[in-house]
Amino acid sequence: MIRLCIDTSIGTSVAVTDGSIIRAEVNEFDSMRHAEVIGDLIRAACDAAGVSHHEIEAVVAGVGPGPFTGLRVGLAAASAYSVGANIPLLSVVSHDAIAVELGEDLLADEVEFVVTTDARRREIAWSRYVVLDPAARPAERFVRADGPELAKADDALLPHVPRIDADHVSAGRLGLLAQAAFENDTELPPFLPLYLRSPDVTMSTGPKRVS
Amino acid sequence: MNRTVPLVLGIESSCDETGVGIVRGRELLANVISSSMDEHARYGGVVPEVAARAHLEAIAPAIREAVQRAGISLSDLDAVAVANGPGLAGALMVGVGAAKALGLSLNKPVFAVNHLVGHVGADVLNTEGALDYPTIALLVSGGHTSLLHVRDLTRDVEMLGETIDDAAGEAFDKVARLLGLPYPGGPHIDRVAADGDPKAFRFPRGLTLPKDMEKHRYDFSFSGLKTAVARTVEKLTDAGEPVPTADIAASFREAVIDVLLTKAFAACADLGVPRLLLGGGVTANARLRAEAERRAALAGVELRIPPFELCTDNGAMIAALASELIMAGAEPSNLSFGADSTLPVTHIYAE
Ligand SMILES: [Zn+2]
Repeated sequence: MIRLCIDTSIGTSVAVTDGSIIRAEVNEFDSMRHAEVIGDLIRAACDAAGVSHHEIEAVVAGVGPGPFTGLRVGLAAASAYSVGANIPLLSVVSHDAIAVELGEDLLADEVEFVVTTDARRREIAWSRYVVLDPAARPAERFVRADGPELAKADDALLPHVPRIDADHVSAGRLGLLAQAAFENDTELPPFLPLYLRSPDVTMSTGPKRVS
Repeated sequence: MNRTVPLVLGIESSCDETGVGIVRGRELLANVISSSMDEHARYGGVVPEVAARAHLEAIAPAIREAVQRAGISLSDLDAVAVANGPGLAGALMVGVGAAKALGLSLNKPVFAVNHLVGHVGADVLNTEGALDYPTIALLVSGGHTSLLHVRDLTRDVEMLGETIDDAAGEAFDKVARLLGLPYPGGPHIDRVAADGDPKAFRFPRGLTLPKDMEKHRYDFSFSGLKTAVARTVEKLTDAGEPVPTADIAASFREAVIDVLLTKAFAACADLGVPRLLLGGGVTANARLRAEAERRAALAGVELRIPPFELCTDNGAMIAALASELIMAGAEPSNLSFGADSTLPVTHIYAE
């Protein structure tokens, strides 16, 4: 199955996957340009994969966690693409894609590890992964045991567990996770952004005096 | 791309309304609006993050509903249009991301157009026939108060003036709060003012004194007016006197309407333009419409007010402006456009 995969939880990453193969992945690492680059990257990923839009059979969105404004650009794009192409919209937790990419080499010997990403305001978002089967392919090697949740950036988060501070999310790995879920008939999360934080609002306390 | 009667879907997400509209040439086929206004009510004003979250939830259902109401298929579209500014950056970006991806999924071009010029563009959907140009346009909402000189809708729009502090709609919201009335303030002030005397209080008309008129002939200011209302309420309350809500509401409303229309008709006279178009949510105000009609008749100015659902922020006006651009031969936007919260009106669309 050919999938268009989009993640804007850190930078902007767009990939086209075919089953368990990443046919193409393009990235803009600048985390302030999601709205500008999203269209060109979708086009570039499809061109690089040699896939035209009518061949895409599903859209996979990274639902975060990530800074809200950028995260929403990818989610809006993924959801509108699925409406336009009339194809399913699937969701994957962005931290899971980080775990898969790390697990491809670095962490083959670890039993558990923590993935963190910047959540702004001196906070981080973290998830803890436990290795289930070191011999399995990366997308099936771990299970997310905790998170994603927020913590203070300077917290000594689970001190004995190796911690990986990620600075990018690979959209291609979102596609691998979607493929694994499809093959194993496991459920993907609902299409809901993982904001992990309520909007900043101050309740009105009534008018202030002016005289 | 059909350039004679293009079928265009327009997306609007600059403030608290998620709008998706579909037009064919100058014919309105669908205008779906999903508002997050109720979610902002308890905060007394639009909260940008709340608005942006609501846009993301509303956008796909609104596209589906608009297509269904228009009785078309998405693959029939000639183009996708989106407002890329001015407005709330995070809110605009939802529409921008959605429009780009929708266009790509359908292999259709995307036009990024100016939200304010879109308000003017709404008039082409008027079934009475399109307005002639040049025209003056007064756009008044909770997000903007702008006076435009539109020489050519698709080519030549000039900003004459705008608010230097609060938007007029914001002033209605703030004064409503002072008077203990709910959000959004406009309709509630209007309701209460019906029984009031508009001459009971003489509230200031911002930027109308001779010294201000030199520098700010067509600009607006409503923060002094709001403060004057607050002072009046405080003085009465401190003295243990009852607050004549109806009279204050009527006098406040009169001051806002007076300054809006005085400046708009002055622009018509100064520039020799006998046409005035009103747009934006505040045109729902019955007193504003009535007074505009009275002054237009006196001044010999042709007054145009699009139907209310085309005055508030909506996707149909965005589609209508793009449709005019396509008919005028404009090329689609380069897909690398971003959201610009302060996009000037001279940028009618992104090239
Ligand atoms: Zn508006």
